Amino acid sequence: MAVLVGRQTRLLVQGITGYQGAFHTQLMLDAGTRVVAGVTPGKGGERVHGVPVFDTVEEAVRGTGANASVVFVPARFARDAALEAIASRLDPVVVITEGMPVHDAIEVVAYARRQGVRVVGPNGPGVTTPGQCRVGIMPTHLFRPGPVGIVSRSGTLTYEIVAGLTRAGLGQSTAIGLGGDPVVGTSFVDALELFGADPDTRAIVLIGEIGGSAEEEAARYIAERVRKPVAAYIAGRTAPRGKRMGHAGAVISGTEGTAEHKVAALEAAGVAVAPIVSGVPALVAARL
Amino acid sequence: MKLHEYQAKEIFARYGLPVQRGAVVEAAEQVAGLDLRYPVVVKAQVLVGGRGKAGGIKLASTPTEAEAKVRAILGMEIQGERVSRVLVAEAAEIDAEYYLAFVTDRSARGVTAVASAAGGVEIETVAHTTPEKIVRGAVDPFLGFQPFQARSLGRRLGFAGPHLAEFERICTTLYRLYWDEDADLAEINPLALAGGHLLCVDAKLVLDDNALYRHQNLPASEEMTPLEREARSHGLAYVELDGDIAVIGNGAGLVMSTLDLLAHFGGRAANFLDVGGGASAEAMQTALEIAQRKSGIRAIFINIFGGITRCDDVARGIVENPPRVPASIRLTGTNEEEGQRILRQAGIVAGLDADEAARAAVELARRPPRRGDG
Repeated sequence: MAVLVGRQTRLLVQGITGYQGAFHTQLMLDAGTRVVAGVTPGKGGERVHGVPVFDTVEEAVRGTGANASVVFVPARFARDAALEAIASRLDPVVVITEGMPVHDAIEVVAYARRQGVRVVGPNGPGVTTPGQCRVGIMPTHLFRPGPVGIVSRSGTLTYEIVAGLTRAGLGQSTAIGLGGDPVVGTSFVDALELFGADPDTRAIVLIGEIGGSAEEEAARYIAERVRKPVAAYIAGRTAPRGKRMGHAGAVISGTEGTAEHKVAALEAAGVAVAPIVSGVPALVAARL
Repeated sequence: MKLHEYQAKEIFARYGLPVQRGAVVEAAEQVAGLDLRYPVVVKAQVLVGGRGKAGGIKLASTPTEAEAKVRAILGMEIQGERVSRVLVAEAAEIDAEYYLAFVTDRSARGVTAVASAAGGVEIETVAHTTPEKIVRGAVDPFLGFQPFQARSLGRRLGFAGPHLAEFERICTTLYRLYWDEDADLAEINPLALAGGHLLCVDAKLVLDDNALYRHQNLPASEEMTPLEREARSHGLAYVELDGDIAVIGNGAGLVMSTLDLLAHFGGRAANFLDVGGGASAEAMQTALEIAQRKSGIRAIFINIFGGITRCDDVARGIVENPPRVPASIRLTGTNEEEGQRILRQAGIVAGLDADEAARAAVELARRPPRRGDG
């Protein structure tokens, strides 16, 4: 089971002939992902690691039955690539690209809603269901199949926490990297809804950071709807106001988006929040 | 990227939005040469808020008075920001103040129009004290903001007759500006009723850094320190902080958590520096160079969790440009053994555990710099 991606996923890689696209196609194949097609306009007919390349998504879908997409194309072309995948109703469309203009993301997310498909990202590490499918760039070897669902706004921090869980004998159902941009296609609430309904997920780890109010919205949803234990970590407790901390979305504006506020909201919703990263596995273990 | 009021108003004027006539000066002597109708308002150009309260906005009824006010404001410090430019604009007789903005709405994952009849104060304050005075409208990005939506907002603010038509035009124009200029925020506060017409008395524009490549002739960003700008030019995300432990890590979230970890053990980070995913040995060298440039650094903490980043690449970068201050290094993840071996051969010690390494970094920063003490 797990969520979003799994054995049923027939993946299309947009930007497969680029450096990142080709590199991660190999790693996704190594992880057992069924990568069935790639798209790079003008390179139709080529092969990358044995995967056939098409000029358009339409042709790739017709030729291979692809049902999901991962976007590795540069930021300037990411909007067009994502819209193309959404037009063909691939689901999910996972956008790895960093640096996509926010208005482009707004259009992509609005079009996805209209088409009834899910976008994950942009500016995220992708989605991994251990032992089944890796869509994106999360390092495969850190994961073990198991009962913990992970949802995160950060890449490397996810790897760190997943590695800690695996060391503690706590495997993962699916890890969803939401992306570090202000406007992303999938929110904490969306992911919590998915994990809540997934029988393979018995506990959830939420990894948030400063900026916006997605964690507060998650806290409200958890209090009302989530019956599974949730542990969390929030990065940026010592971050100054008004400064963008690496991620475009990680900025405290005025009084909005502070770590204290997020931690307080989550704790009030019954979530166990770890003060430091290494504290997460014990919180999960105690609640499983 | 935040723009100054005068920069935002130049863009407003280009779109045909009504702004007062005015000019920017950098020295009091320039006031005499300005062709303006008096009285004028003299406004400090700073990126931080609260300049009015800090005394950065003054009225002047004669050129001599304006010169004195400009002189007083230039060189003022407002919330740590030095005033180096002042906008001198024709004063307006204000009858009523409104608020209007288009803002990228993270929760709605779209654009929201925000308006209020309680203008002239910070919108956050209005939201806290009298939230019922704020009206909002969602924007369909494919349709844009339509005139009927503007009229609906305008009616809720109490506009009628010719003012409603003026409000409609300002609203739709501001949306066009917000969208076409790739703004995160386009704000008029106050939008004033002055002399029977609506006037943009203040203008605030925050542009999307990711979209700067699509716009020409933009002013250079003034939000960053020279070191932050230099780091940016090398593709590194760097933020200056006020502690004494330099920090390098990979991934924005991991680096933020590293700063928190130092604080947890009683230390204080001197900076945020993300070498990024898949950092090369060269990027690591540059990062080391920049992180140690700030004065007062007593230790450095390098926290690398190799995911896409390879520990051997990082180690090669460190060996090429070894830390000049006492260092605590944590290096684990992809190609960890090779990375650890490269460091060992160069006589550099690195651990695998972030908590231990953070504790060690805090200890190093506390240690007196001279030998034989304590």
